[in-house]
Amino acid sequence: MSLKDFGKRILQIVIVLLGVSFLTFSLTYLAPGDPVRSMYAASGVIPSEEVLESMREQLGLNKPFLVQYFNWLGNCLHGDFGTSFSSGKPVVDSLLARLWPTLKLSLLSLALMLLIAVPAGMLAAVKRNKWPDYLVRACTFFGISMPNFWVGLLLIYLLALKLNLLPVTSITGGWQRMVMPAITMAFAMAAKYTRQVRTAVLDELSQDYVVGARCRGIKESVILWRHVFPNALLPLVTMLGLSLGNLLGGTAVVETIFSYPGLGSLAVSAITAHDYYLIQGVVLWIALIYMVINLAVDISYTYLDPRMREGR
Amino acid sequence: MVKIAAFIKANKQFTFFSLLAAAVIAVAWLAPLLPIQDPYAAVMRDSLQAPSAEHWFGTDKLGRDVFSRVIFGARTSLSATLTLVFCIFLLGSVLGVLAGYFGKLVDTVIMRVADMMISFPGMILAIAIAGILGASITNAVIAITMVSWTKYARLSRSLVLKIRHKDYVAAATVTGSRTLYILRRYMLPNALPTLVITAATDIGGMMLELAGLSFLGFGALAPTPEWGLMLNEGRSCLENAPWMMIFPGLAIFLVVVIFNLLGDSLRDVLDPRTDN
Repeated sequence: MSLKDFGKRILQIVIVLLGVSFLTFSLTYLAPGDPVRSMYAASGVIPSEEVLESMREQLGLNKPFLVQYFNWLGNCLHGDFGTSFSSGKPVVDSLLARLWPTLKLSLLSLALMLLIAVPAGMLAAVKRNKWPDYLVRACTFFGISMPNFWVGLLLIYLLALKLNLLPVTSITGGWQRMVMPAITMAFAMAAKYTRQVRTAVLDELSQDYVVGARCRGIKESVILWRHVFPNALLPLVTMLGLSLGNLLGGTAVVETIFSYPGLGSLAVSAITAHDYYLIQGVVLWIALIYMVINLAVDISYTYLDPRMREGR
Repeated sequence: MVKIAAFIKANKQFTFFSLLAAAVIAVAWLAPLLPIQDPYAAVMRDSLQAPSAEHWFGTDKLGRDVFSRVIFGARTSLSATLTLVFCIFLLGSVLGVLAGYFGKLVDTVIMRVADMMISFPGMILAIAIAGILGASITNAVIAITMVSWTKYARLSRSLVLKIRHKDYVAAATVTGSRTLYILRRYMLPNALPTLVITAATDIGGMMLELAGLSFLGFGALAPTPEWGLMLNEGRSCLENAPWMMIFPGLAIFLVVVIFNLLGDSLRDVLDPRTDN
């Protein structure tokens, strides 16, 4: 990726962030409900009209829409995303506190998913149109059709309530709290990736170099692991990047089921509480993470795939 | 008649899955006529009963019959999902065809907006939109439509661009056909088969997204029988009444499987390229 392309991508990220922030800001502006009122409601005080009015004045909420937007945007550029109405803490603090748990969980579920998807996909490709292939394909089909919140609930019921192996919720606790959320997320992704691995490996197996290697009498296992496997993994890098971006955005549903303190459950609670600055902060943050990871993936291609390097 | 019989014989899979899907839709549609209990009738005395001959799927916290709620839930889920897929299909295809046909500024504006929507996770924006608009199944449909139309726009745009500069389109323009006529007569029919296949394969996924929003509390509202919402209600009674969670989940799963299989077999019927 040349410097010029890189600059273009950065510019694109900035434009998207502006668009996203404008969209969420105008939605919250148009939304029914009064943020000042809900702020007081959260602290259990019933304020008078004058108090409400002076608070609006203080927060700049009585100004015209565009003025409010640009004020907020200016503050964001200085690293001030506003103060959460419901917790009274700066939005940045809430976001940073949730980042690490979500990152841990995302990496764990990606690793778990690859442990399932890579062997299953390779097996299906190598045994194409034989029973292992049919079995794997049937499993991926059912995996894709399962609602992940149902999988989560079934896991809680079986592992936590019936077998007493794991804690029911993931609010606190050590590594055990991450097991069920990670399995739930890995489950749905594994189905998708297994298909992808299968297709990628089949593509590689039909290449001329595989025929060539066979003719030279190279062992089938060596062909598979030394030649086909690395090549088949390359197209997966893009997908893994997208998935990581999605996971880091916090998978709201899974985190909510297990009460896991990540970005997704933060987004849900912010929306439920009409905590506008927090909503805007979360959405922007997630968009930013997602796009930066995509950029990183595209850059990594330059190193992983010699064909992408310039001058070739 | 002979033609129909031949079609059925040639496309056994597709016929079978469309019959299954038709059966599901019929059950949902005819739910009020079926001899099942009222899904709203709360009998507190019967709350949280295990499945029995009287209540096949047990009862929920308020003593409502879970079986009839699952059946009526099909009405809510299916009608919302089909509306959603139709909205996405319509909005995306129209914008895509316009972008592809007119090009220039129209194209730039529509596709830049689409790029923006694609470049970050849609579900989080859908949750935000649905949450801000207020929880209701209509708002959930609007929210998912807003983030999902881009796929259809890109697809129909590329399909239109393929034939945009063909001679017969130029001939139509030269002989004075009106733009609307060209769009309807040449552009739309060209893009339609691929778009219909995409829509059919999307039904299952969209049903899962809608149920997900309802599960989070941003979709269907409390007394309505809806599968995602029922799973959410089942969540709080997981220990005492697992049937409240098992059966609605199973219903979503089965219906999604049926529609996914239908979508796949429709692709085999309409798309001659996947001959294998």
